[in-house]
Amino acid sequence: MTDSAVQQATRVAPAAPHDFQPPGFVRQVTTMVWRSLKHIKRQPEMLTDVTIQPVMFVLLFAFVFGGSIVIPGFIYREWLMPGIMAQTMAFSAFIVAIGLNMDLGKGIIDRFRSLPISRGSVLVGRSIYSIIHSSIGIFVMSVTGLAIGWRIHNGVGKALLAFGLLLLFGFAMIWVGILVGSSMRSPEAVNGLMFTTIFPITFLANTFAPTVGMASWLRTLAEWNPISALVQAMRELWGNGPAALPDAALPLHYPVLTTVLWSVAITAVVAPLAVRAFIRRTTD
Amino acid sequence: MTLTSTAPSGRARSSGAAIEAEHLVKRFGDMTAVDDVSFTVPQGTVLGLLGPNGAGKTTTVRMMTTLSEPTSGTARVAGHDVVREPEAVRRSMGLTGQAATVDELLTGRENLRLMGSLYGLPKAAIRQLSDELLERFSLTDAGDKVIKDYSGGMRRRLDLAVSLIATPPVLFLDEPTTGLDPRSRVELWEVLRSLVRDGTTLLLTTQYLEEADQLADRIVVIDHGRIIAQGTPLELKDQSGKAAIVLTVSHADQLEAARALLASHVPEVHVDVAARQLTAPADGLSDMTRVATVFERSEIVLDDLGLQRPSLDDVFLSLTGHRAEPPAGATADTTSSPSPSTQSEESQS
Repeated sequence: MTDSAVQQATRVAPAAPHDFQPPGFVRQVTTMVWRSLKHIKRQPEMLTDVTIQPVMFVLLFAFVFGGSIVIPGFIYREWLMPGIMAQTMAFSAFIVAIGLNMDLGKGIIDRFRSLPISRGSVLVGRSIYSIIHSSIGIFVMSVTGLAIGWRIHNGVGKALLAFGLLLLFGFAMIWVGILVGSSMRSPEAVNGLMFTTIFPITFLANTFAPTVGMASWLRTLAEWNPISALVQAMRELWGNGPAALPDAALPLHYPVLTTVLWSVAITAVVAPLAVRAFIRRTTD
Repeated sequence: MTLTSTAPSGRARSSGAAIEAEHLVKRFGDMTAVDDVSFTVPQGTVLGLLGPNGAGKTTTVRMMTTLSEPTSGTARVAGHDVVREPEAVRRSMGLTGQAATVDELLTGRENLRLMGSLYGLPKAAIRQLSDELLERFSLTDAGDKVIKDYSGGMRRRLDLAVSLIATPPVLFLDEPTTGLDPRSRVELWEVLRSLVRDGTTLLLTTQYLEEADQLADRIVVIDHGRIIAQGTPLELKDQSGKAAIVLTVSHADQLEAARALLASHVPEVHVDVAARQLTAPADGLSDMTRVATVFERSEIVLDDLGLQRPSLDDVFLSLTGHRAEPPAGATADTTSSPSPSTQSEESQS
């Protein structure tokens, strides 16, 4: 080419651009989680769904329904706690869906995609954040529960197993959140869909009232609900409720195993759809 | 043909090209957004991608920055193929998109840290670079403020600062000054010029002809996804005709006398009676000075005498048959003043 082009080409490039390596996946993810945690700092009201709301639910259910629902041999308040915790964990789908959807609607997702990082780091970061978010809720509820008389009766091992199942279920629900967050066009749409699905699903179970009183078709539905298996497992492991009645549906007789199976099944079915929806949304 | 290059980086170095687009095509269904776009940007220079809204500028940039896969054709950034080596491309370039690409809930400094980490820079380096960038973009005082509280101009500057955290040799800016007030725009131009002085290669899209004229070494004009012209700003202006002497007579009754006088010095005069204006083709400033002297010696009183070069807007009009800029100025920007290349001279006797 011309002399000036050669001069330009040999001119010192701006401060050695290649003296760094793209970050490993772990650093990408921790950075994404750091970002989400900073958001909480700026908008602490984001945490109301896992602080004020669960405390309110625990107190309302414990004191309003507590008097009229009788669980033979157990205290309703204790029986209630696993139900509310499972509901809160189911809502981690909600949190990841809203957060992801908001990111996808903004220019920042283009910025992330123009960086030498994995697109998956956005998803994994959001997911881990959502588990942290929900865990804050579980912690707040546990403290509230302890204050009104909830206790774990069967020792540390089983107690931890129950918390583990709760987390496992949370991870499965996150895929649902990723699918919804990637598919919906606006956070309002996410809100609408989640409220009209997850919310009733968490009630159509053994979460707040025993399934025995339900019409038989409804009872069957409720007892096959993955939430019911999780709640039943936690109740038995913590000693907060009785074993399933002999006429209860099959899953409730093997609640721990069923919870694991449900979590794996939800993940196996939803994860590929969720990843596909996310890739589609971020490809053009 | 684009797949034959074996050692893209070596080839790009030797030709001095930081950015190359080769027959880029992007179709969305039946719609062809970008239609066979090719250009080259030598290292350390500025290319202005000029066109109206919806011309395909953003789509072109998205393909070159790995955000969108070309339907056909390819592009190389810093010698790396955008389709086959997207990772390498992402390491070599920075992008400031049209929509704000910073995190509104973080502070300026946190945004820089976020992107620095995602580029894999060491923490100490991020801290130092952040300080330098905030300083350079006059944001030092605002560094610890949340972006939400930034003005439009500050946000744009931070957006640009964030793109520079990994000191990319190539920078893509999609309409960097859209929505900015004239002052912020001029400030941003200054920053961009200093980047180019330091050796950065810049590709910027704009709908503002003045911006392309001010910043770009070369301009590619696109409309409906196709390149309709390219060249230096001067070459483009030359394409749409020569300069003209424009002369406004103070009193309507002197118009005919003025026409006769002018006609005796130039081959062709166009008269606009309503505007009391005479126009004649000219070769340059010397022609205008000659005419000015003639009129100064005459009894004819002039309101204005000037040399008018075609603006890029005229270029656009002559190329496409429609204006480039949105109707009735979306912002009251500096382009509303007469063409910057008109040298005027009062000639009241």
